[in-house]
Amino acid sequence: MITFTLNGQEQRFEGDPEMPLLWYLRDVQGLTGTKYGCGEALCGACTVHADGAPIRSCQTTLGDLAGRTVTTIEGLSPDGMHPVQVAWRELNVAQCGYCQAGQIMSAAALLKDTPHPSDEAIDDAMSGNICRCATYPRIRAAIKKAAGQVHRKTASTGGAK
Amino acid sequence: MGATITNLSRRAVLMGLGAGTFVLAGGLGPGARAEDSPKKYGGDAMPGGVKDDPRLFVAVAADGTVTILCHRAEMGQGVRTSWAMVIADEMDADWSKVRVDQALGDEARYGNQNTDGSRSMRHHFQALRRIGAAARQMLAQAAATQWGVPVAEVTADHHSLVHAASGRRLGYGEVAAAAAALPVPARETLVFKDPAKFRYIGRADIGLVDGFDITTGRATYGIDVRRENMLYAVVARPPVHGGKLVHYEVDEALKVPGVVKVVVLNTAPLPSGFLPKGGLAVVAENTWAALKGREKLKLTWENGPNAGYDSVAYRAELEAAARAPGQVARNQGDVDTALKSAAKRITAEYYIPHLAQAPMEPPAAVAQVTGDKCEIWGSTQAPQTTRETVAKVLSIPAENVTVHQTLVGGGFGRKSKPDYIAEAALLSRAMDGRPVKLTFTRTDDLHHGFLHTVSVERLEGGLDAKGKPVAWLHRTVAPAINATFAPGVKHEGASELGMGAVNTPWIVPNLRVENPEAESHTRIGWFRSVSNIPHAFAVQSFVAELAAAAGRDPKDFLLDLIGPARQINPADMADGWNYNEDPVVYAYDTGRLRGVVERAAKESGWGKPLPKGQGRGIAAHRSFASYAAAVVHVAVDAQGKLTIPRVDIAFDCGPVINPDRVRAQLEGAVIQGVSLATLGEISFKAGQVQQDNFDSYPVTRIEAAPKDIRVHLMPAAQYDAPLGGVGEPGVPPIAPALLNAIHAATGKRIRSLPIRDQLQA
Repeated sequence: MITFTLNGQEQRFEGDPEMPLLWYLRDVQGLTGTKYGCGEALCGACTVHADGAPIRSCQTTLGDLAGRTVTTIEGLSPDGMHPVQVAWRELNVAQCGYCQAGQIMSAAALLKDTPHPSDEAIDDAMSGNICRCATYPRIRAAIKKAAGQVHRKTASTGGAK
Repeated sequence: MGATITNLSRRAVLMGLGAGTFVLAGGLGPGARAEDSPKKYGGDAMPGGVKDDPRLFVAVAADGTVTILCHRAEMGQGVRTSWAMVIADEMDADWSKVRVDQALGDEARYGNQNTDGSRSMRHHFQALRRIGAAARQMLAQAAATQWGVPVAEVTADHHSLVHAASGRRLGYGEVAAAAAALPVPARETLVFKDPAKFRYIGRADIGLVDGFDITTGRATYGIDVRRENMLYAVVARPPVHGGKLVHYEVDEALKVPGVVKVVVLNTAPLPSGFLPKGGLAVVAENTWAALKGREKLKLTWENGPNAGYDSVAYRAELEAAARAPGQVARNQGDVDTALKSAAKRITAEYYIPHLAQAPMEPPAAVAQVTGDKCEIWGSTQAPQTTRETVAKVLSIPAENVTVHQTLVGGGFGRKSKPDYIAEAALLSRAMDGRPVKLTFTRTDDLHHGFLHTVSVERLEGGLDAKGKPVAWLHRTVAPAINATFAPGVKHEGASELGMGAVNTPWIVPNLRVENPEAESHTRIGWFRSVSNIPHAFAVQSFVAELAAAAGRDPKDFLLDLIGPARQINPADMADGWNYNEDPVVYAYDTGRLRGVVERAAKESGWGKPLPKGQGRGIAAHRSFASYAAAVVHVAVDAQGKLTIPRVDIAFDCGPVINPDRVRAQLEGAVIQGVSLATLGEISFKAGQVQQDNFDSYPVTRIEAAPKDIRVHLMPAAQYDAPLGGVGEPGVPPIAPALLNAIHAATGKRIRSLPIRDQLQA
């Protein structure tokens, strides 16, 4: 049995430890905010936090997660008011929106560790997240808008599911 | 706002203003055009036409909540927001009380719902104004009746009706029930708002109606739909288009925990249109089990007639075809004689490979078959085509197919084709009616797409002794979209040729466009901007090549080629299609094309010196009844590394409804143009696609996107002017402007896309 914490709640999983977290979230838990985009850690749509760091849930098995703490887009903020989410809305970043949960999770992790990132730091942190609508200019602008507002406790632990 | 797409709530909400009016479906609303014109254009020419009955689209609840039904697919263009802005503005609704709900797929009821061709606002803006105005007038009439005063004395004021003389005031919700019972005012009695008083139309600070849901993970796309007792499926499809499954062993797959069943899907004969490719489906308790099960299948395919499709050999075929005369699509003057007598003669061949739309949400849908009925929850641009295709594969009437249109996680044309939804429907039936979610993996998406065509464009030009162009010969060779749907198609259709091949407004006395044959060996489909991409790439690159040969500034040369401002009937350029728009109302306006060229040049600092290794390129193109010009500024370092510090794009789409979304579409179009020019290629070997995922089919990521994109919107004279499209016209000028900039920076002319490492050679 694998136990880990998901959005503040303890999980006990007795199935195939090779199952990627992505499919556990989406198909077993119904947490569909985390998206499938490539299945090979190439696009970042499935980004969640494990112990506060961004990971690709499509390439992270449940076996890898024993004892760890996972936060998904649903758990990033109880009321959707994480500074990154707010900045995203203020700048109307999204187009189709599909990749945006992954983008937001990557951006939130970046700003937690680097409150005022340079353009190069933004490129480094966000390069793994593809947006086919190409909302990149606004992603960059929204990260700068949210800069300095993300604190460790809001970014990594999340609230109630 | 927190609007969600949940058709589940649709009926309950519509019981406001819509109470008792459900029987209207299919009836001719007051917006229906009289049958007095021989040819219909625009939205009126689309299947289902345009509907403007407010009872179909607006519901006002007793608490004043206004629910607006959007029947267009939301796939990133922001249409659910813009759609509601127009209706809410004309009805003078308070935006904070507006909700947006999504219509079911039903063209008999709602009018045409096919969301492609950059036409949501182009076809519907005036109808949306009529819907809003009619709703406002019905509310006003209800208030007038209640007060016993003439309706002329009642004015709407931000969600209230006011009788100024008596100082009385009623909220929209208070008169909603009475208003719902009133007849819809006739079109000629509608009074529209003075555009100077628009509250929402034209405003740039309206938040997306789906913004909260998107940023919190609550937004529901087709791939996210969950139904009770649902199963999950993936399909192993023939690796070659037109191939068939001939032998299979499934024992190992069935041993995978969670795998429930393996289902054979029939392969439709070629040309297969929207129908699925067939193959073997693995149905399981979750996606992971289905994927593992699929890996364990042992399959033998018969590859069929396209087994030899090879992109290297095919390119040579296209080039050979382009070097010989072909079917004439447009002809003026005597090109052959003019070329022979030209002082300078230039020839160039341009190649652009297949492209995959690769929306971030791969094709996915949920279907549930119950008896002779089927319910679909799908990410689709074309709900009516979905109904018809599902009906066909299930052999049931289209009316028995209910399509719940979810948010579309990127479309770009891929989700105009419902093959994946038909697969879900077939699998639900095979599973005795249990709901089945069908998911394409990314590899499935790239291997089983409806690809952008592949083309060779050969241009030949002649200049006189003074550098003036005297001859223009363009041969365009590309497999056609129609070949996906009809046998024996070897020429581009009118719509493809009308996307920038024949309809060049050049001041050149001798001009011919030819379309030699090309056979299709895969499924060709629409890709954002469609044939405008190869045509504009070649034509606008060649304009710069001619300018260089003439020793002229490319921008000045382009303006001279466009010539003076004038209105050209597209038919006079052998374009009888014109995006199905009226050739007079939507004439080719060279003044507007000049306008965007001049604006982009001015804003970009065209002509100002740049450091060594840097350069600017310009390109302009009309498509989807809009005009776009881009100046791309590049820097190429000594190692051949390309960066794009800045892009200026000037855009004229007529009246702008939602400036923020127009800008967003253009920002995206610029980067998607950069992506296809620098990286995009789908290639075939032995009939099979060679790219499997975003490693072998790379797309532009944040670090390679232009850092500074400046969108310059041309002001429209008035809101009654015809609207152009927005979603697609920004893409076509980007690749040629980029290549022209690279030439300016390095002297190197790239004619074969993608650029990839050509600058490092």
